[in-house]
Amino acid sequence: MRYLERSRIMRNVGLIFIREFQAYFSTPLAYIFIVIFLMLAGLLTFFMGSYLERDQADLVPFFEFHPWLYLFLVPALSMRLWAEERKQGTIELFLTLPITMGHAVVGKFLAAWTFSITALCLTFPFWITVNYLGKPDNGVIFASYLGSALMAGSYLAIGSMLSATTKNQIIAFVLTTAVCFLFTLAGSSVVLDFFSAWAPSEFVQAVGNFGFLPHFQSIQRGVIDLRDLFFFASIIVISLTANALIIDWRKAT
Amino acid sequence: MTEALKIDRLTKQFGLKTAVDNVSFIAKKGEVLGFLGPNGAGKSTTMKMVVGFLSPTSGTASVCGHDIIRNPLEVKRTVGYLPEGAPAYPDMTPYGFLKFIASIRGFRGSEKTDRVEHVINITRIEDVARQPIETLSKGYKRRVGLAQSLIHDPAVLILDEPTDGLDPNQKQVVRELIKSMASEKCIVISTHILEEVDAVCTRAMIIASGKVVADGSPEELKSQSGAGDLDEVFRKVTNNA
Ligand SMILES: Nc1ncnc2c1ncn2[C@@H]1O[C@H](COP(=O)(O)OP(=O)(O)O)[C@@H](O)[C@H]1O
Ligand SMILES: [Mg+2]
Repeated sequence: MRYLERSRIMRNVGLIFIREFQAYFSTPLAYIFIVIFLMLAGLLTFFMGSYLERDQADLVPFFEFHPWLYLFLVPALSMRLWAEERKQGTIELFLTLPITMGHAVVGKFLAAWTFSITALCLTFPFWITVNYLGKPDNGVIFASYLGSALMAGSYLAIGSMLSATTKNQIIAFVLTTAVCFLFTLAGSSVVLDFFSAWAPSEFVQAVGNFGFLPHFQSIQRGVIDLRDLFFFASIIVISLTANALIIDWRKAT
Repeated sequence: MTEALKIDRLTKQFGLKTAVDNVSFIAKKGEVLGFLGPNGAGKSTTMKMVVGFLSPTSGTASVCGHDIIRNPLEVKRTVGYLPEGAPAYPDMTPYGFLKFIASIRGFRGSEKTDRVEHVINITRIEDVARQPIETLSKGYKRRVGLAQSLIHDPAVLILDEPTDGLDPNQKQVVRELIKSMASEKCIVISTHILEEVDAVCTRAMIIASGKVVADGSPEELKSQSGAGDLDEVFRKVTNNA
C-alpha cells in the first residue's frame, strides 16, 4: 500500500514534469532562451571577465556572471508556470485531476529546473576550452556548476511562487526579477558596506546570510559546505510551499 | 447503495457575497439533472466545489460515498468534469492532451490508447485529433473537453455549459452523446438554455442567487405555469429570488 502510494506520486510528478518540459519546446521560448543564455555567457566572460588575458586556466569569470544573467533569464522560464495556467483557465482542469497540489507544484518546478540545467550543461565548450588551454582544477569547476544550478533552482522556485500570484506573465516576470535582485544584492559588498557603517555586526551578518552571492561564491571556490547547500535547499522548499498555499488561496480569482 | 451525488447544505461565500446558499439535493444513477439559472446564479460555483476545485465555506458533498472534504483525491478519481469554457492546453493536440489525461488517470499501454481512441470516436473529433488545440473551432474544443471528461468512464459526470456556443448540429451531437450515456451514469449539466432541458434532462433544478427555487421533472416544472411553458416558470421563480 505504502509502496503503491509512493509509485503513484513518482508517476504523477513524472507525467506533469514531461508535459511541462515539452511545453517549453512547443514555443520558440526554449530555443531563444538557450541561444541568449549561451551568447551572453560567452560575451560577458570574454569581454568583461577577460577570460583569455587573465592567463589562468579556470572558469571563475564565467561563473561570476551567472547570478546576474539568471536575474533576467530565469524569470522568463518561471513566469508561465502558473500565470499561464490561470489565464487559460486550464488550472481548473489541472487541479481537478486526481493529483495533489504537491505533485503539481513539484512537477512544474522540476521541469523548469531541468530546462535551466540543460541550458547550463550546454556551456560545456567553455569547460573543454580551459582544459585545452591549461590544467584547471576540475573539482572547482564541478562545484561551480553545482552552485550555479542551485542558484538557478532558487530563482526558479521564487519565480514559480510569484507566478502563482497573477494571471499576467509580465507581472510575474517583473516581480521575480525584483525579488531575486534583492536576494542577490543582499550579500553584495555594496549592501553590506552600507549596513556595516551604522548597523550592529550581527545584523549585517544576518542580511549577508540571506544573500545568494556569498553562498554561491563559497561553493564556487570549490568548498561544498553543507550549510550552503542547505541554504539553497531551504529557499527552494520554502518558496514551493508558499507556492502551493498561494495557489490554493488565489486559484478561484 | 450510496447515492451517486449528495449535496449537503453546501455554501460558498466570496467576501460578503453568498454565491451558493445552503444548497442540498441528491442525484442518482440514471438521472440527467439540468442545472438551470440565470448568469451568476451560482451554478459553476456549486460544480467547482463538488469536483474539488473550490472548498466550501460550509456544508459538504459526496460523490459515490466519497466526501469532498475528507477524501478529495478519491472524488477526483470518480468524477468526470468539463469546466466552463472547456479549457485545454492550446499547444497540445487533442490526441496528446487526451493521452496525458489518461496517463494521469492511471491508464497505461494499450488500455490507454484504446480509451483515448474510444473517446475520440464518441465525441467525433477524429478529423482534428492531430492538430494543435489552439487551431480548433469552439465546437471542436468543447468536444475535446467532453472527451477528456469521459476518458475514465466516470460514474458521475459534471458538465458546465457543455453546449454553450455550439451550432445546432454540434449541439445535437453532444446531446445524443449525453442521452446515450444517461442510463449508466449520474449526469449534471448546467445551462441557461431552457430547450436543453426538454432535449436531454430527466430532472430540472432552477437556482437563483445561490438558492434552489424549483426542482422536479421537466413536466412537473412546466405544470407550474398555466401555459405549460418552461420559460414562464423560469422567469417567475428567478424574478422572485
Ligand atoms: N472567484 C470569485 N470571486 C468572487 N466572486 C465570485 C467568484 N466566482 C464567482 N463569483 C460570484 O458568484 C456568483 C455565482 O457565480 P457562478 O457560480 O459563476 O454563476 P453561474 O455559473 O450560475 O453563472 C456570481 O455573482 C459571481 O460574480
Ligand atoms: Mg457558470
